[in-house]
Parts: sequence; structure tokens; C-alpha cells
Amino acid sequence: MEKAFFDQDNNDNSLDRVDGRLKVTGAATYAAEYQLPNVTHAVLVTSTIAKGRITSLDSKLAEQAPGVLAVISHVNSPGVPAYGSSPAMPQRATLGTPLRVFHDNLIYFSGQPVAVIVADTWQRAEFAASLVKVQYEKEPHQTNLEANLSRAALPANVQRDKNSRYHDYDRGNPEELNTAAVKIEATYKIPTEHHNPLEPHAIIAHWEAPDKLTLYDKTQVIKGTQGNLARAFKLPLENVKVQAKFIGGAFGSGIRVWPHVMAATLAAKKVQRPVKLVLPRELMFTSVGSRPETIQHITMGATKDGKLTTITHEAVAHTSTYEEHTERTILATRMLYDCPHVSTRYRLVNLDVNTPTWMRGPGEVTGVYALESAMDELAYALQMDPLELRRRNHADSDPEKNLPWSSKSLKECYAKGAAHFGWHKRNPEPRSMRQGQMLVGYGMASSTFGVHRNYAKSRAVFQADGKVIVQSATSDIGPGTGTAMTRIAADTLSLSPAFIRFDLGESTLPDAPGQTGSTTVSSVGSAVKVACEALKQKLLQLAVNTPNSTLYNTNPADLSVEQGRIFKTGNPATGVTYTEILKQNNLPQLEVTEESKPGAEWQKYSMSAFGAHFVEVHVNPTTGEVRVKRVVTCAGVGKVINHKTARSQSIGGVVGGIGMALTEESVMDHRFGRYVTGDFANYHVPVHVDIPPIDVFFIDEHDPHVNPVGAKGLGEIAIVGVAAAVANAVFQATGKRIRDLPITPDKLI
Amino acid sequence: MNQFQYIQPAKQKAAIDALTKDAKAMFIAGGTNLLDLMKRGLAAPEKLVDINKLPLKKIEFNNNGLRIGALALNSEVAQDKLVREKQPLLVQALEAGASGQLRNMATMGGNILQRTRCPYFYDIALPCNKREPGSGCGALAGFNRMHAIFGFSDKCIAVHPSDMSVALAALDATVVVAGPQGERQILFTDLHRLPGDQPEKDTILERNELILAIDIPDKPFAQKVHYLKARDRASYAFALVSVAAALATDKNIITAARIAMGGVAHKPWRLFEAEKFLEGKPVSEANFRSAAELAMQGAKAFNHNAYKLKLAPNSIAAALKAAAGIA
Ligand SMILES: Cc1cc2nc3c(=O)[nH]c(=O)nc-3n(C[C@H](O)[C@H](O)[C@H](O)COP(=O)(O)OP(=O)(O)OC[C@H]3O[C@@H](n4cnc5c(N)ncnc54)[C@H](O)[C@@H]3O)c2cc1C
Repeated sequence: MEKAFFDQDNNDNSLDRVDGRLKVTGAATYAAEYQLPNVTHAVLVTSTIAKGRITSLDSKLAEQAPGVLAVISHVNSPGVPAYGSSPAMPQRATLGTPLRVFHDNLIYFSGQPVAVIVADTWQRAEFAASLVKVQYEKEPHQTNLEANLSRAALPANVQRDKNSRYHDYDRGNPEELNTAAVKIEATYKIPTEHHNPLEPHAIIAHWEAPDKLTLYDKTQVIKGTQGNLARAFKLPLENVKVQAKFIGGAFGSGIRVWPHVMAATLAAKKVQRPVKLVLPRELMFTSVGSRPETIQHITMGATKDGKLTTITHEAVAHTSTYEEHTERTILATRMLYDCPHVSTRYRLVNLDVNTPTWMRGPGEVTGVYALESAMDELAYALQMDPLELRRRNHADSDPEKNLPWSSKSLKECYAKGAAHFGWHKRNPEPRSMRQGQMLVGYGMASSTFGVHRNYAKSRAVFQADGKVIVQSATSDIGPGTGTAMTRIAADTLSLSPAFIRFDLGESTLPDAPGQTGSTTVSSVGSAVKVACEALKQKLLQLAVNTPNSTLYNTNPADLSVEQGRIFKTGNPATGVTYTEILKQNNLPQLEVTEESKPGAEWQKYSMSAFGAHFVEVHVNPTTGEVRVKRVVTCAGVGKVINHKTARSQSIGGVVGGIGMALTEESVMDHRFGRYVTGDFANYHVPVHVDIPPIDVFFIDEHDPHVNPVGAKGLGEIAIVGVAAAVANAVFQATGKRIRDLPITPDKLI
Repeated sequence: MNQFQYIQPAKQKAAIDALTKDAKAMFIAGGTNLLDLMKRGLAAPEKLVDINKLPLKKIEFNNNGLRIGALALNSEVAQDKLVREKQPLLVQALEAGASGQLRNMATMGGNILQRTRCPYFYDIALPCNKREPGSGCGALAGFNRMHAIFGFSDKCIAVHPSDMSVALAALDATVVVAGPQGERQILFTDLHRLPGDQPEKDTILERNELILAIDIPDKPFAQKVHYLKARDRASYAFALVSVAAALATDKNIITAARIAMGGVAHKPWRLFEAEKFLEGKPVSEANFRSAAELAMQGAKAFNHNAYKLKLAPNSIAAALKAAAGIA
């Protein structure tokens, strides 16, 4: 049984997770688990109103409570030096001023930290927090997106940037819709969703000296956090250390420096001891961002034989009043299908809530849900098989950029997925398929996610004992980064993975971008590859330059390497090992550091990953309950570095997509501006029995253009489109088109 | 969470006395509900009286029926051979509740007395008459998708969340309790209250009364049973609506029917009218449908729970069909 699950399709010598044993035995140390002498415990007091100001904050009782070391608020905060100058911490695509923690008495959202209690134990801090009395002067707040649609506007940060891709976009003449033979029009809604990784966000902030700060933080962006904190506290970069060696999931919640990080850092400054702060689950809903609620309107026109003529796509999402969060919601619509007339509009409404942020597949997940639902509706309007409709509109090159794809195997994904799933058995007639009492539905959707790549650096050190240490300051939020990097290093150096150790999770390591946007393998993987390649060349050079070596004066081009042994090609007997070369040269170690970044290939090619999901659902007609029975997912993601962890990524993405489709929703009571589903009893993520067998396939793509490793990234495409595939299956099962997620029983009955 | 004292008496009397003496003392059994309430600031006992040392774990069967000790764990009861044989409806309801881990901690007494899951009750920043009498009902004009369609008042529209209790209500169970004045037996259907003007009171128990055991009489309807639970995900979610159905039949004629619903009222909701209607009638889908419609008389929905007006009768009919074994 277990073998069948874990080793399914695992016929390519995939590596097990290099940190798997540490994780399952509890030996992996997560942020909150570092044992620092003298550590203190912090608990936040948060605002209960959505907008207004604090008129009084009475902390006397709390200060007198047993074990309490300090109560810090805007009244007595040691202050963040950079808060004086605005904006303190600008971040890409999120423009505005990040919340200034304990800076003044203004309230921007319910759940905003207004004070932090520091005590000798967590329990005492927790108790003291309940004693703080805060009084507010309330102002009317706006938290309802639908009620505020009239305020929808092009984001100011887009208006300022003429190169932004979120400007109004028109290709051809979208008015052509009026003359289309077949048309559909629909509005789709997704609610606010929260990442809710199992590990809550946690931090230990430690001022080792008045100008030296160390953070043990759950962050996906190690270097970024280091830079942010250095700027905020006006410290030299090297005086800030950030450590995040293990992360229990994040899905985007760890992409920014959030208020609780600043609160803990300020608290540690005040009490001059390390401060540990762990967010309780309830605060995970207002402290670390969310997927924005989004309302999308789509129209589509096609010829009778199913050739798309027009698509219009308008998206309105929420943001906060103090920052603009924008994401790629409408971009896929311009490139997923070959369609001459396309227009997209992207708008934001600012509300009195905390700023949303990127959540797995940000933008694409939202936009492709609407687009792929609309494609299904169009297929029904055309009375055409939904898969056939997609085939007929396949984009052979990027219709927006007018560039060839660096590689694309969407058609192969359709073919492989459909064959394995048994798509041909589908009877398109709604309510026509049954199993016992259950209504059965088959649905499918395409998926896509852009390829991205950032600057990254890596160091590779060959040691006298034959081990290679490879390093980069990336994080690993769960995809198996350490494992993938080990594989890349081992393959590049022609060594067994057992000889490789990959270090990550510390800001002292060579630069890496944040683990975001499915860029880690493409960016850090490329740097690792380049560094290991350089190391190998250095070893080869050394071998041919060593007078007492059997390879002395050989042309390096005539050499081969296997298992760490260099020999004249075709003549393995003449070889010498890496270790012997070091010894012959009396070298304790050999080290290289290399960098890698995107280049001119981005002007020549359009780069995206593509895939397709096929889903079977059963709907109980008595109760409206939907259960997903089977999923086949297939993607072309360039080179698959390590099949086993890649497969896990795809499974995880599908699980996230099932949650998005059927259960996940953060409901706010707009009278109070507070979430009323802010815990795991009410915010439903799928549990084991909600998840059926998921078959994962990859189409082998050889893509020499994307980056040196040839991998496009996989973390996000795995979830994109899943919700549409489920919703489409529900339609075929029931004849009901539910256009606002999640599809809960109340909407179907 | 506040600071509190903790005692673990070995004698029943000592436990009850501790609550009688101390107005801020509370019993704790598995703690799976009370600890959550304390962490969220909804309960602030100054003394926890841990009753786990009391000898209240026994499961026995005598002429009258099954007696299950208040401290028997939900998982133990669900796995008990005797219970599985005598009361399969209770087993189904137990297994539909919470998760394996929780059932390993949760006790029978604690399960009965678990408090509502209404989000307004749970958030101390929001109004709730149950938590803070007089502060208003947040759910009435708020997010009330999970809320009552029967027996509510304008003070409270919360529902009782227990699955097990729905089965016990259907099975004519009684609860054996002990207080300073001695023991008494309470019919299960009388134990929980409707909210009326005092939604802060979930049951008719005095705060220093200890549940000792649950008695389930041995009745002819104990074997043709079904527990149906409609929920947002396949496991580990509270019921949108649940139905416990039990039937006794003689040559296709219903001789006795017991039906109770969960997720629709402030207490497990017995469908006495529907039961009466069915008795003496043949087993048939049409009769089950009619019974369901009868049961729905007087139901009223709020902004977000109108779906229950359809889900509930559908579920009643489906549970009865399953209990009767007709497709
Ligand atoms: C995440 C989650 C999901 C859940 N899902 C479900 C579900 O789907 N269905 C369901 O039915 N339940 C569900 N539950 C609730 C669970 O069943 C209860 O928490 C559990 O049964 C309570 O039992 P306990 O022994 O832990 O009670 P405790 O928490 O110890 O006590 C609860 C209350 O009962 C009182 N008490 C306990 N024993 C006695 C006694 N013998 N005499 C007098 N007073 C007593 C206590 O003073 C306290 O007020 C869920 C709980 C959680 C946390």
C-alpha cells in the first residue's frame, strides 16, 4: 500500500527529500523552536474596530500582571527610524506605505496590532493581553467589495508606470463581440482566501547588540527581510541576520515583512532580550495577507465552428487603504488562446482591511478560474466538447507578445490527460451520468503560469573529504528546494547526491531571490548549476595542470567525468578522482561563487508553463454535497528536476485547488469589518477524505531557452485551473453553474 | 487565558462540593471544548475541577438497556462491542463527529455539554447574548449560514453542535446527574433548552450538577437506524443539518419511529409530529416525504440559511429511507 503511494511513477531514481527524515522525526528546527537563553514571549493586542483612532490605551493592569516585562504600543514604542521618512519599505507591486507598527493611533483594519505584551512565559503574556483596555473613536468603515464597486479604479501604481502590464489592454476590436455567431457573458466571484499554512507564522527577534539584529523568522524572502529590516532600523545590511531553515508551508503568506515581525523586533529592542512571537490561528487571518476577493466579468464570442473571435475580461479586486496589491489576474486571458480581439481591464477597490498578498498561483489562479469557466460555458453554447474547443483555439505562438514560445506542450497535456482520464466516456448532457444515487460530472480546464527568473548567486565548495557544499540564501517552504538543488549539483558535477550538501535558509549565504512566483529552480537552480559547472571546470583544469597526474597536459575537452572521477574519454582506466586532484595539489578545498541572471532570451521568446486538469465529481442530489472522486493533472514544465518532489508539488496544488473550488472562504461581517470564519473550524481546508487519488503526469520538455537548468517552475501552475475544472464538472453533474466560489452544498441544493 | 487553580478529586462528592463552594469553578473532562473556550476568552474559570479520576467510565448492559459512564471516551464508546451491537445509531453519530484525535479525548458528558460554534459567540469583539447577556445577537442580522430554523428567539439563533446528542435524543435516552441534593434522571430531550430570554443557559442543569451516565433503553427501533450528516467537507466539519432516524417495522408497517435533527435548533430537535405520522403507516418514500414536510412546519430561515428549508426535509427523507433499507 504505502509503497504504491509513495513510489508511484517513481521510476527515474528520484531523490527522497534530503530533509524528509529531519521533518518527520521532529529534528527540523522551525522558527519558534530555537532555544535562545533568556527568551521572552510576546502576545499581540489587536484592534477590534476597522477604522478610526485609539483614544486611550490603558495598560496599567497588564503591566502589573505577573511576569510582564513590557507593554509596548504607539504610546511608548522605541520607534522605527525609517518610519519618519515615507515610504519606509516600498515593495514591488505593492505600493503605498506598509503599516507603521505602533507608530500612531490610527486604525486601518480590524485585527491591526495596537500593543504587544512581553512576559517571561507565553501564558502570562497571554493573560496580560486580556487586561489591556483600548478605547477607540470609530469612523465609518468600508469592507464590502460589492458595495464599493463604484470606487473601482486603475491602481495608482499602474497609472504612474507606463510599462505596467495592468493598463487597459485592447487587441483588435473587442466590439466584434456584437457580431459573433455565439456569445456568452458571465460574472465570476472568488471570496477572500487565506493561505493558512499548518505552521503559524512565528518569529524570534534578538538584538545581539544595540546595532545587531538576528531574526529567526518564518519567511520566504530571506534576503528581502534582511534588507527591509536593515533599512527600517537604519543598520548596515550585514548587521541584520535572518534565519529560516525550515518552513511549515507558506503559500505566499511569508513573502513580506508583516506587522508582527516589526512588533517582535520593537519589543526585543524595548526589553533587550530575545522575544518570541507566534501568531495564534485567529490572527493568521488578519496578519499575513490573503488572496484578494475578486469579481470578474467575462464575455466571449466565437464562430459557429468554435473559433474564438473576442474575449473581454474585467477584474475588480480589493486592496487596503494604505497599500495597493496588484496581481496578474487578467494576463493569462491575453495569451492562453489564439483570439484576435481581446480586451482586459484591471481595477482595485481600497477597503478598510489589511493588505492582500500573493497566494499560490497569484493572479493566474483567479483569472484562469474565470476564463476556464467561461470556456466551458462557451463549449455548451456551441454544443461542442470543451476539450475540442480548447484544441481549436490553441495559441501556437504568444498572441500578445507576438513571440514564439520557448517551448509548449499543452496539446500533449490535453492528449495525455484525456486518454488517462477517459474523457471520451463523458456524456456532455448535464445530469446524464450517475453512480447509484450520485450525480457524476467530468470537467476539465487548461492551466498556465508564466516563467519567471531572478538574479541569484551560489557558492560551491569542494572539500578534501570528497563532499561538496553548495549554498544559496533561498528558503524552502515545502517544495523540496534542498532536494532539487542537491540533484542539480550532483548531476552537474557528475557526483552521487550523497556527496552533496545544500545549505539554505540564512541571510549570510550568497544572494537568492525570495521563494516566490515559481522562480526558485529557475533562478537559484541556475546559479547552482553555473557554480557547480565552474567548480567542475576548475577541477578539470587542475587535473590537466598537475604534473604528476596521469591526465597532465590532456586537453580538458577530451575528458569525461563519472562519479567524481575524471578520465580520458573512452579510457576510464586513466582516471583520477576529484579528491585525489585536491590532494596532489595540497589544497584543503576548492571554492567558486557564481551568479546567474536572465538575459536577452526574454526578448526572443515568450515563456510559460502550460497544463491541463481533468476532474470527476460526485454530487449528492439530496444534500448538495460535492466530492471530488478522481483527478488527472498533466503539465509541461520544462525539465522535471526530481520527479518525486515534483509529483508532490502537483498533488499539493490540486489539493489547494479543490479547497478553493469547494470549501475555502473567509467571510466578513461588514457591520463590524471582522472575519467571522477566522479559525480552522470555520475556514475549511480539505481534509484527507476530501482528496481522491490524483494522477500526475509531466510532458518531457527540452527547453534550452528558459534558463541553464531548463526548468520552468511548477509550484504555482499546479493549482491554476483546478477550481474551474471542478466547477465545470459540477455543472455537468447537476446542470447548475455556480459562479461564486466555493461551491458549498447550500448553493447546489 | 486567565490563571486558574487545578484540582483532581478522586471522589464524586468532593468534585460536586468544589463547584458548590466556588462559584467560579468548573468541571473539566477531555478539555477539548472547555480549553478552547478559555483560550478564546469565553470561559474564565478560576478553578478547574478535573473529573477524570472519578470512576465514571463503565459501559454496561442490563435488562433496561445500555448505561454509558460520563467519562467514557467518544472513541471507546464507538468501538465498544456492546454498543455497536445494541446501539448502532449512537456509533454512527459518534463516528460522524469531530476527528479521530478529538474523539480520543472527548468524553460523553463533555460532548453533551459542548457549547455552540456560533462565530459571534466565539469572538469577544462581537455581540452575543449567550456570551454576554444584553449585548445583542450578532448572528440575527449577520452571517447566519449555520444557524437555527426552529425554536430560536430574537435573543439567540445559535444551534447546538453535537452529533452524538442528536442520536441520544432520538433514542429516548436519559441522563443521570448528581448534585448536592443527590441524583436525578433527566430525559435527554428535556436536558437542553431553547434560548428564549436566557440564551446563556444551554441546559436545565445546575452548574454544580455532574453528569454520571447516560441510559439508553433497549427498544425495538434500535436496529433499523441511520445517521445522516450533511457538511461542507467529508469529515471534520460541523453539521449543516443532521438527522438521526430509527425505525421499528412489522411486515413493512412502521410500528415505531424516532427522528431527531441536528444543526437546526438550540437543542437536538426531536420530530415528534413526524414520528406520530409514520407510526402505523407502511414504509414508503412518499410517507417519508410527507413526514419530512410535516416536520418542517414552523421552520423559518434567516439571510443565509434558507437552504436548510430544503436540505432538512431532503435529509429527513433520505435518513428514513436509509434506516428502512429502501433505495
Ligand atoms: C475542531 C473541533 C471539531 C469538532 N467537531 C465536532 C463535530 O463534528 N461533531 C461533534 O459532535 N462535536 C465536535 N466537536 C466537539 C467535541 O465533540 C467536543 O469538544 C467534546 O465532545 C467535548 O468533550 P470533552 O470531554 O473534551 O469536554 P470538556 O471540554 O472537558 O467539557 C465541556 C463542558 O462540559 C462540562 N463537563 C464535562 N464533563 C462533565 C460532566 N461529566 N458533568 C458535568 N459537566 C461536564 C465541562 O465543564 C465543560 O463545560 C469538535 C471539537 C473540535 C475542537
